[in-house]
Amino acid sequence: MSRTFLGIPVHRGPGSAVGRPDEPFGPVPHPVEPLRWGPSFPEAAREALKNTRLRGNLAHATSTIRAKRARVVDEVPDWEALRDAGSAVKTRVLAELPELLQELERNVTARGGVVHWARDGAEANRIVADIAKAKGADEVVKVKSMATQEIGLNEALAEEGIGAVETDLAELIVQLADDMPSHILVPAIHRNRSEIRDIFLARMGDAPPDLSDVPRELAMAARAHLRRKFLSAKVAVSGANFAVASTGTLAVVESEGNGRMCLTLPDTLVTVMGIEKLVPSFEDLEVFLQLLPRSSTGERMNPYTSLWTGVTPGDGPQEFHLILLDNGRTSVLADEVGRAALHCIRCSACLNVCPVYERVGGHAYGSVYPGPIGAILTPQLTASSGGVSGHGDPNASLPYASTLCGACYDVCPVKIDIPSILVDLRAREVDADRSHPTVWGAAMKSASWAMSDAGRFRLAGSSARAGRMLARDEVIHHLPFPGSLWTGSRDLPAPPKQTFHAWWDERERAAAHPEEDR
Amino acid sequence: MTDARTEILARIRAALGGGDQRVIGSSSDDRQPGLPITPQPADHVREYRTAGEHAPGSAEVLELLVDRLVDYRAHVVQIPADGVAAAVAAALIPTATGTPETVPGAVNGAVEPPGDGLARAPRAVVVPPGLDPAWTAALADAGVEVRTDTREAPLSNAELDSAAAVVTAARVAIAETGTIVLDGAPDQGRRAISLVPDVHVCVVRADQVVQTVPEAVRLLAPEADRPQTWISGPSATSDIELDRVEGVHGPRTLHVVVVQGP
Ligand code: SF4
Repeated sequence: MSRTFLGIPVHRGPGSAVGRPDEPFGPVPHPVEPLRWGPSFPEAAREALKNTRLRGNLAHATSTIRAKRARVVDEVPDWEALRDAGSAVKTRVLAELPELLQELERNVTARGGVVHWARDGAEANRIVADIAKAKGADEVVKVKSMATQEIGLNEALAEEGIGAVETDLAELIVQLADDMPSHILVPAIHRNRSEIRDIFLARMGDAPPDLSDVPRELAMAARAHLRRKFLSAKVAVSGANFAVASTGTLAVVESEGNGRMCLTLPDTLVTVMGIEKLVPSFEDLEVFLQLLPRSSTGERMNPYTSLWTGVTPGDGPQEFHLILLDNGRTSVLADEVGRAALHCIRCSACLNVCPVYERVGGHAYGSVYPGPIGAILTPQLTASSGGVSGHGDPNASLPYASTLCGACYDVCPVKIDIPSILVDLRAREVDADRSHPTVWGAAMKSASWAMSDAGRFRLAGSSARAGRMLARDEVIHHLPFPGSLWTGSRDLPAPPKQTFHAWWDERERAAAHPEEDR
Repeated sequence: MTDARTEILARIRAALGGGDQRVIGSSSDDRQPGLPITPQPADHVREYRTAGEHAPGSAEVLELLVDRLVDYRAHVVQIPADGVAAAVAAALIPTATGTPETVPGAVNGAVEPPGDGLARAPRAVVVPPGLDPAWTAALADAGVEVRTDTREAPLSNAELDSAAAVVTAARVAIAETGTIVLDGAPDQGRRAISLVPDVHVCVVRADQVVQTVPEAVRLLAPEADRPQTWISGPSATSDIELDRVEGVHGPRTLHVVVVQGP
């Protein structure tokens, strides 16, 4: 893997300031764009790093899940063969996407479902709202779904006077706190048990006043709170983990049973699915239903997986709508290199092993897709890299939110080479800057100029050593030119004895083995 | 204006058809041009295991299944073919000591007896139309109302909510992952009946237990259009500090009765 470090270019984008981390709830205002909010990554990260409670919560949660994952992955003798198969299936899906989507459409329609196509989030939101209105529903129950977060469905429904009730425990916590999710799988991972108790007591309405912070009690409070809604809801909205083209079968993988409630009890079900979520045949599920649970929650199998095909008379929803969502995916697909990001099955393993994610948390990425996958997917979905949307775009800094340690690639169940895609996206930025010289571009080029020659790199190292004299509290905030172009975007720990080169080497080594320093 | 379907399909074709063959590193200064990150569409590589080393229903797979289920805090009993009625009754009706029978080895106190279930007031137990009536005979003898739910005459959500438990059969079970699959056949019933009642008693024949996920998927594939529910333990969440807590919206207690022999 490349060891090139290009520095994080700073950009102080528009958008709201990052939330004050000490506020009990709702530090993150609901963004207009779920894929582009807050300041740029470096700025948001610097704020997040000051929040020691956040870092404590994240370190605890991610180290728990890493250990669980490692244990259940190790016991699978053919894990690597499954990863290869997962990767190959997804590659084939993208290559044959038009045919497979039409096959899926045919099969869902033949089984009594209705298939809709949506070019963007607004179009998808309109379809959902129209269905809910046609059913006379002023409230829908929702299964946790990245696709509906990505398009801001809840906010769009609210504007139409339709309430969307998140039923996944972590989503419920985020929704009650008026917060934004910070993790793909566990959106409230930044909250610890006592914060969750406080949120429930303040916002749930029917939480028992003597509620403790024991996780089981918190879960029981959520059960009681949502039960009536499940039993009476008319319309449910879900995402999909997989859709089988050859049979028209949809799959939702979950733990709590809230998914089964939504997929089974209401009479109308609307499923919003990214166009890349396909698998060609039913047998392909045998690959992904082994890869996903072990990679995501670190379980041999998640408690519940629901599979349904169109409408089954007398069992479950009697009206089923499937919305196939583009929303930027086709422009990701157009990139030979970056399209591998569309293989993602949203397991979140790459977040849990990422040394950057663990320290800054999900909100710093300014997107519903945080962590390593977010760093490659978000800027592509919003066409932010390569200067397409201009340097005013905070998402353009996302490919720099990585040490390129490679841990994400090692755990990815579908073998997405995230580090290589990150480097490619960075390179595109540099290319774009050749024709649009800016301070940012100059910093980038200064970095790559210094990095491209060993002698210059060491020289840069010794001038950094001179920086000891500039350091306050072990951190260099500003270096003289040309180093100032770097420290404008990141604070360098003062290198008291080592050269910068040696310091960086060590830092990368440590980052590559995050378990070792705990 | 073109419709969304036409436009999306055209966008996909354009994305796949045109464009430069860019390769990793091609646009940077000093890195070696590498291989394309997206290989050409490969045929499926299926070098993973498509079956386990142990036969369905063998002692090894049963032992594995029990181990996995206990790990999920499910209650498991293994009984001979003529013991189903007694095992179902034992799971749902309090014994002399006041608690339903549990598998030895389940973590003590980890599973609460059905709090507002039969222990206090025996209420209705729901069954699907095709369930062997002999399985619930002992319940009926003990005065428990056994209510049959069908697609044609379904119980309401409220009726299911007030029922104490549900008894179903299963389609297949996967030992390695501790998973039981229901596919809506007449002895398993509508999806709602194994969801809303707080206690689920699931009867699995030994010969339905396979070792691996692919074996189960291939059994299920011919009738893939049936609604399937894969169940691995009682409902659970890991949403609070990523610690697993059993019992959220689905049944909080899962009893698995493994029937050995013919
Ligand atoms: S990129 Fe890979 S590891 Fe990360 S969420 Fe997606 S599938 Fe999981």
